[in-house]
Amino acid sequence: MMQTPQRPHDEPVKFYQTGSFAAGNRLLPAELRTVQSDAQRNNSLNSGHRACQGCGEALGARYALDAAMRATEGRMVAVNATGCLEVFSTPYPESSWRVPWLHSLFGNAPAVATGVAAALKVKGRSDVRVVAQAGDGGTVDIGFGCLSGMFERNDDVLFVCYDNEGYMNTGVQRSGATPAAARTATTEAVGDEPGNRFGQGKNLPLLAVAHEIPYVATATVADLHDLERKVQRAMAVHGARYIHVLVPCPLGWGAASRDTIRIARLAQESGLFPVFEAEHGRITAVSKIRHRVSVDEYLRLQSRFGHLFGASPRPDIVQRIQADADRNIRRFGLDDADDPALVEPVSDDAASEDAVSEDAVSEEPHVVLAGPGGGS
Amino acid sequence: MLRQIEGSRAVAETVGACRPEVVCAYPISPQTHIIEAIGAMVKAGDLTPCEFINVESEFAAMSVCIGASAAGARAYTATASQGLLFMVEAVYNASGLGLPIVMTVANRAIGAPINIWNDHSDAMAVRDAGWIQLFAETNQEAADLHVQAFRLAEELSVPVMVNMDGFVLTHAFEAVDTPSQEQVDAFLPAYEPRQVLDPDEPVSIGAMVGPEAFEEVRYLAHFKQLQALDRIPEIASEFSDTFGRRSGGLVSSYRSEDAHTVVVAMGSMLGTIKDAVDELRGRGERVGVVGVGTFRPFPQAAVRGALAHAHRVVVVEKALAPGAGGILAMDVEAALAGLGIRTHAVVAGLGGRSITQASFRSLIGRADSNMLDALTFLDLDTGLVERELARMAARRRSGPSAENLLRDVGSVSARVM
Repeated sequence: MMQTPQRPHDEPVKFYQTGSFAAGNRLLPAELRTVQSDAQRNNSLNSGHRACQGCGEALGARYALDAAMRATEGRMVAVNATGCLEVFSTPYPESSWRVPWLHSLFGNAPAVATGVAAALKVKGRSDVRVVAQAGDGGTVDIGFGCLSGMFERNDDVLFVCYDNEGYMNTGVQRSGATPAAARTATTEAVGDEPGNRFGQGKNLPLLAVAHEIPYVATATVADLHDLERKVQRAMAVHGARYIHVLVPCPLGWGAASRDTIRIARLAQESGLFPVFEAEHGRITAVSKIRHRVSVDEYLRLQSRFGHLFGASPRPDIVQRIQADADRNIRRFGLDDADDPALVEPVSDDAASEDAVSEDAVSEEPHVVLAGPGGGS
Repeated sequence: MLRQIEGSRAVAETVGACRPEVVCAYPISPQTHIIEAIGAMVKAGDLTPCEFINVESEFAAMSVCIGASAAGARAYTATASQGLLFMVEAVYNASGLGLPIVMTVANRAIGAPINIWNDHSDAMAVRDAGWIQLFAETNQEAADLHVQAFRLAEELSVPVMVNMDGFVLTHAFEAVDTPSQEQVDAFLPAYEPRQVLDPDEPVSIGAMVGPEAFEEVRYLAHFKQLQALDRIPEIASEFSDTFGRRSGGLVSSYRSEDAHTVVVAMGSMLGTIKDAVDELRGRGERVGVVGVGTFRPFPQAAVRGALAHAHRVVVVEKALAPGAGGILAMDVEAALAGLGIRTHAVVAGLGGRSITQASFRSLIGRADSNMLDALTFLDLDTGLVERELARMAARRRSGPSAENLLRDVGSVSARVM
């Protein structure tokens, strides 16, 4: 297994391109450049597929799988759930996949991947690794039973969820990952509480952490260096691993194709989408927000939130979304000013003193999860 | 080795001798003893190399089999009843992908009302899923069919379901000659997949197919089933040569050559029916039996050949298509089209109700005297049904029917002498 390169922001000097904040490859030593910048990359999801212009999922999948291919030295099998990624990549006889690739059903990709991993093990082909991938519907909703089982058994599979916050392939319906107030075909922008209802939703990264699997990470397509690094890290360990990638969907979110990266970055910088890593049930690292923005900036670029700003604006709802972002920032310690050793328990806004003091003695920054095996 | 052994144990040992490489387990009665026994073999190191995976649902069990089979491993699981229905989407997917998975179904009724006992409702619910469906009459045959099933599945790249009656067979202890490892190794070659997920030769499996080729893909599934019609008797014959006993095949006939009335059935009730036929034959009645061992592909020609001489055919089946009648009976009638043979469907033994020789003899008596309807429910308690129908007619909120019927029946234990 190859060494995981140091991540760019561990370097003493940070490289940012104006506007994108992405570290420029040309400024980095060759071994720290992205896999994608390498002419010898695998092109696992090859060009010519039928994704929409500006598709975040296609971008995320290309980087994730190429990074995994690099990490496994090309010894890899991919399992795909039904969804956009599956449909746009394999209108046979065309296939964009330059990896052995299997699509079975919408809700079973984690279990199919378990089967592939078991077969490889029994065949003595432990050099070949398994990556499974699905959209948020195939992960947080219909595939959750199989995913939880795969986690619980700690099967040797990396599962990547490309989260575009709804059922985009079937025409933009609500999923368990659709954010509050968002308009979808099944959460219309009508009535007193237009769009998706407020509530907890289903925070799959934290559910994955609660399974105490070896590695969990979130990422966005705004920081592809970070995504690649996390995939490489995930492939450096065995057992169940989970990476949740936020992938804006121009079609479903009602956003300009050119704004995919920008919107993903604003999701992170507003605090709405916390970017973190966790190992064995403990959050071990968070990506700090460097230029904090209000949720307003993020929301206004997307027509799925248009009803909050139009002729009858709903600043009250925007405020509730801002409150959710602020809560994330406190929970995960996303603000640069936060002492990472004193982050609050994830499930409790008013941290118990015990939990805080327990945190304070810890060497590593982490978030304490409430519930069994979690905080005090 | 010939031993007095539980049916599930015999199947587990036989499956073990088939060297499955990935076995998935999710408990559901009455198949649990099978996977428990296989799990113990793997844990003890008696079955190696094999990955035994405790999954979280039957849907996952079949899905794990799909992944394992596509990656080149011999995959096996067992289920029953609700479990089979819970995995139906993956059952269709396995055959659609052409993956030679072998699955035991310990046949059991489908709820509601929930019922753990034997009938064939589960297998019938997936008759069009593209799997080969074999039915065992005895525990010996149940064990033997698994050896044949792996051979057949892997030759044709089609999944095979071995059906054995829940409890009646799975939990019954009887003498079974379990195949030895040497015999099985001689009969069943290593699995050589037609398609495999391999980094050295990458393929995409499971692509979307539109109207331009979908019908052709489905036709190929049908074609493989037709190939199975040829291969099943050949494999049964080879099995007989290797193992020295007959098991499997498309149909079997018992004292039916000169019979006027021929009963058609599947599974363990064939034993009861044969005993009753012996008795009726002793009285000079020309009655015989044809057992359908292969339900999918449906052996139309073999069934027609075995029944062409009959005056009347009585299809006794442990399943019901509500609103239509018999299921096996419809296939048998289609096979006899144009022959002018009167065919009766008899729904019997649902939810584990015993099919007694007495009921059966009376049934044949009615058939022989032309008193049997086209569709009959054997031993139906019409009084019980009528009381509930009266309640439903009397008031709108008549309550849950199943519970009303049970209240009428009263405590079963009170009636046990």
